[in-house]
Amino acid sequence: MKVLVIAETKESKIKKTSFELLSQAQNLGADDVTALLIGEGVSGLAAELGHYGATKVLVADHALLHHYTTEGYAHVVKQAIDSIQPELVLFAASTNGKDLAPRLSARLDAGLVSDALELSHDGSKFVAVRPMFAGKAMAKVSVASSPALVSMRPNVVSVKPADSSRSAEVSALDLTLTDADIRAKVVGLETSGGDKIDVAEADIVVSGGRGLKAPENFKLVEDLADVLGAGVGASRAVVDAGWRPHSEQVGQTGKTVSPTLYVACAISGAMQHLAGMSSSKNIIAINTDAEAPIFKVASYGMVADVFEVLPELTEKLKAAKG
Amino acid sequence: MDIIVCVKQVPDTTTVIQIDPSGKDIVRDGITHIVSPYDEFAIEEALNLSNGGKVTVLTVGPDSAKDALRSALAMGADEAVHVVTENAMGMDSLATAKLIAKAVEGRSYDMILMGRQAIDDDAMQMGSLVAELLNIPQISTVIKLEVDGTKVKAHRTIEGAQQIVEAELPILLTAQKGLNTPRYPSMKGILKAKKKPVEEVNAADLGVDTAAKVVMESLSLPPARPAGKIVASVDELVKALTEELKVV
Repeated sequence: MKVLVIAETKESKIKKTSFELLSQAQNLGADDVTALLIGEGVSGLAAELGHYGATKVLVADHALLHHYTTEGYAHVVKQAIDSIQPELVLFAASTNGKDLAPRLSARLDAGLVSDALELSHDGSKFVAVRPMFAGKAMAKVSVASSPALVSMRPNVVSVKPADSSRSAEVSALDLTLTDADIRAKVVGLETSGGDKIDVAEADIVVSGGRGLKAPENFKLVEDLADVLGAGVGASRAVVDAGWRPHSEQVGQTGKTVSPTLYVACAISGAMQHLAGMSSSKNIIAINTDAEAPIFKVASYGMVADVFEVLPELTEKLKAAKG
Repeated sequence: MDIIVCVKQVPDTTTVIQIDPSGKDIVRDGITHIVSPYDEFAIEEALNLSNGGKVTVLTVGPDSAKDALRSALAMGADEAVHVVTENAMGMDSLATAKLIAKAVEGRSYDMILMGRQAIDDDAMQMGSLVAELLNIPQISTVIKLEVDGTKVKAHRTIEGAQQIVEAELPILLTAQKGLNTPRYPSMKGILKAKKKPVEEVNAADLGVDTAAKVVMESLSLPPARPAGKIVASVDELVKALTEELKVV
């Protein structure tokens, strides 16, 4: 089986989601796994993709690829697909992955499954499971085209350990990209919160709700997130109240997340919030209302006041870390 | 500026989802429908930007989807196009995109706007698909937008940052929450909407191959979560985090 993995980088590092895709390709039994590495000055990262399971790395290194642009990256991926002729193309279901993949779906007239939680091959076609209605339903879908295009939800595939004895055959893609190919050009980048972890990609998420009573009390949530190395999330109520940015909203009109651990602080668990987080592997809920719906999905629940629990929990975890 | 806004009618966010006997769709009877929330940002933005131009709202869907068009007309859109199909569930995003692109062809537009995703299938494909089929540039998940003549400058949200993107009209944009605050239709708007033109186009007459490339095999409810444990002290939580979940 021939698979093309679209690797993503951030600040000169390969993102973990790219290693997840390489592990997914191996889980499918693929023997020919090409990673496409796109950017400017990224060639040095190729070897690491080999350690994580790529048998070949195709490098598209160009000044015009410094920033992600839909048309620039779509041009490169199309070239790579034409040259490799893969049966499957894997994207990360990141904001950019979900912007890019459908452009290729239309260009190639190929089926695209978005945000897959599971992916297998039944002998004749690729079969995926993906959430709909923000996770209130799960759809099993098959892809009736070759190549099949699939974007995988971050955090759902366990990364196989790196093996530095493995190496990939690295080659440069013979690029035909010109400035005129990119009509929507990136002229700037504003990073919002330094090295903050985005809630959609975080392995641990600590979220706060209306029970925190005031925006400044989110400090308690942020402190716990810091000690856990977690991303910060928020309920719709506090985003609509203007306490937190929409980029942190978890739920049906925000982000749907599947972290290893989700800590819900003073969140009652409205249906549209539960939809966005109940596929988390483990859930801890802290709320004063014992009847709050959040406890129905919690692996660990504590009926208590977050103003008492969070400072103590943060201190004790700090102590435990030593 | 003439703007086409694509909208989708979806079940309300409070809907309890149940699977129908076909095992491939949800139970549709008795559901309250709304315009997909991200599409409302797109409609609002179009009304603010059109500046005397025409705002046309377009949907692909069954007969009942006309309500979504009426909502947009009540907010202030000038006219509507309804691509009628009763087979919306049997199509995939690409097939729907082909219908939209075909229905848009030949109409005058400077900009196409839609929500970043519909909150029923959550596929987040439509903007990119339609832009590619029409061979125009796109900017997705837009949270801030300025238009100056034929120049567009947009902020789009990505993980942990915002990209600032510039392009020329015509362009397709998808709206992110935060772009604006959608207006509520006024009573006058609702009355006026009843008289605004809604053009019906039969999907089958567009001559588009709508065979799904992503085929729905089955739809199910997510597995129930195992019963949890109620803890009484912070020490028990610490133990859970350090010894049982081993995240610290």
